[in-house]
Amino acid sequence: MEKELIRFENISKSFDSTDVLKDLTLSIHENEFVTLLGPSGCGKTTTLRILGGFEMPDSGRVFFDGMDITSLPPNKRQLNTVFQKYALFTHMNVAENIAFGLKIKGQDKSMIREKIAYSLKLVGLEGYEKRSPSSLSGGQQQRIAIARAIVNEPKVLLLDEPLGALDLKLRQDMQYELIRLKEELGITFVYVTHDQEEALTMSDTVVVMNQGRIQQIGSPEDIYNEPQNAFVADFIGESNLLDGIMVRDCLVNIGGLDFPCVDTGFGTDNPVDVVIRPEDVELSSSGEGQTKGRVISIVFKGVHWEMHVESDIGITFLVKTTDHFPVGSTVGISVDPYNIQIMHKPVSEDAQVYGQDESSEGEGYEP
Amino acid sequence: MKSRGILGKIYIFLVMLFLYSPIAVLVVLSFNNSRSRVVWGGFTTKWYRVLIESKSIMEALGTTFILAILSALFASILGLFGAIGIYSMRRRNYRIMLFCTNIPLLNADIVTGIALLLWFVRFLPLGFSSVLLAHITFNIPYVILCILPKLKEMDVHQYEAALDLGAGEAYAFVHILIPHILPGVLSGFLMAVTMSMDDFVITYFTRGAGVNTLSTLIYGELRKGIKPEMYALSTILFFVVLILLILVNLPYERMFSKRTIKKKVNIEK
Ligand SMILES: Nc1ncnc2c1ncn2[C@@H]1O[C@H](COP(=O)(O)OP(=O)(O)OP(=O)(O)O)[C@@H](O)[C@H]1O
Ligand SMILES: [Mg+2]
Repeated sequence: MEKELIRFENISKSFDSTDVLKDLTLSIHENEFVTLLGPSGCGKTTTLRILGGFEMPDSGRVFFDGMDITSLPPNKRQLNTVFQKYALFTHMNVAENIAFGLKIKGQDKSMIREKIAYSLKLVGLEGYEKRSPSSLSGGQQQRIAIARAIVNEPKVLLLDEPLGALDLKLRQDMQYELIRLKEELGITFVYVTHDQEEALTMSDTVVVMNQGRIQQIGSPEDIYNEPQNAFVADFIGESNLLDGIMVRDCLVNIGGLDFPCVDTGFGTDNPVDVVIRPEDVELSSSGEGQTKGRVISIVFKGVHWEMHVESDIGITFLVKTTDHFPVGSTVGISVDPYNIQIMHKPVSEDAQVYGQDESSEGEGYEP
Repeated sequence: MKSRGILGKIYIFLVMLFLYSPIAVLVVLSFNNSRSRVVWGGFTTKWYRVLIESKSIMEALGTTFILAILSALFASILGLFGAIGIYSMRRRNYRIMLFCTNIPLLNADIVTGIALLLWFVRFLPLGFSSVLLAHITFNIPYVILCILPKLKEMDVHQYEAALDLGAGEAYAFVHILIPHILPGVLSGFLMAVTMSMDDFVITYFTRGAGVNTLSTLIYGELRKGIKPEMYALSTILFFVVLILLILVNLPYERMFSKRTIKKKVNIEK
């Protein structure tokens, strides 16, 4: 792992007596692509604004390259931000926008002109110098905002949902563009999104947040395959979230039926949360398997079928498979031990966090 | 439907008649070659000539303009900072401050005039400077009310983006904030000029002896008997204020028409 560049240490922040960030601790390394991921209002932008210097934490400290920068003003920080709504200077043209930071640093005119041209080339908008920001499309404005930030050669680029306003196709194109840019520039990206797919596609490290708390930090694979709690499992992709009882190591009881698994260290006869991804539920037409079930709905999703299968153990599974089973048919259900993910039942605060989230969104998961 | 349209037109005509016929009479009389108020003695510009030749009137004119420009200038600067301060307040204080700003606007001029007089006689000799201070005082709220909407329209993130790109607060203020709210500052300035030229009561109370603006001069002269050159003077004052008011409203009108045109185009698409 590369050298640590940024460290948040026990950051707390509240607005008008509502806590927005609660004891947040996080390190970000050089050349890392870190994504803050979480539902709307969980404190992602606030975290980024604290790093940018636009917001002071109530307690805790922020370090940059080993130096305490908690109270350093934004213009003294070696990082640049691409704002959620771009924030281009509407009374200046594209070139003046990009030159803004360079002029303040007092660079000479020919140098500035060269850098403008270079940065426009990087974002694929050569020749746009004289255009006014309001004459550009959302995607183009977004690229100008990126050009304006990277032309200052920051050590870290902060991006707050930079693709939020773009349509799906453009968003996917821009995702690759951003990854390419990051590789070309070799700098650290701190990226904010509430789109889990975007986070998984682009990041080296994903930080899942909910209600001002970090829920899990890990690589996209870790976050997807080994969610540490029910919130993460539910937020990252669709999943079957089940209540289970850990009978002993490597054996979990779900709905009265014992399933072998590979997790250990959860004690004996302890209630646990169990995650089974929809693509890991295996169906067989012969009706053989760990249990049986009846197909109650099936929808074609392009590459796969998505169906609900009501099982004999009283659980309705969400299943994704490339095989087609007609509604009403009886199928066998089985799950590979490796694909059963066991998680501790959340204790106290996390329990609250998840409980609140669930009731507020009214989006239940499997009983 | 149709009769309602006609009634509406008659109504508007009557309102206009009541509002503007006195002024029209005044303007006509200022060109009347007769001292009578009812007999038309032919067209003349001699009252205007008398005006120009009168030393006291020219002095009052000068005082009025200098007063208007200076008070508007100071009020614009103070109002600019005031508006920014109020804008950045949290919701409750914002409301309170806005309320405080509005009070002098709605307050009877005579109360403001007497209140200021009480202060001035205690602390400084009445004269040009006391009138100037009074005008600055009642002009500030107008400036604030012109600038606040511009601040609300502006995207705060642009200011933050400037800081992010390395600008100090002063630099961001001059290069980002000012260009955005300049139209508001300008219309505030023009508004203040208008209000200053328009004022009689407050000036009358705070001027002391010797200082005359056009309005106090006209009032003084009228008490001695009505002279036709006063019609001419009032006519000039009316048109100057009218032009200023048009200037104040022009930028908004233009922006509005541009927007409606855009909307229409969008609908057509
Ligand atoms: N300046 C502020 N004053 C008061 N409350 C604020 C302020 N900024 C943020 N908040 C509150 O803090 C909480 C977190 O806001 P934040 O902008 O960090 O969320 P977010 O995760 O970026 O959400 P989104 O995905 O919608 O952008 C929200 O409940 C918001 O209402
Ligand atoms: Mg946000």
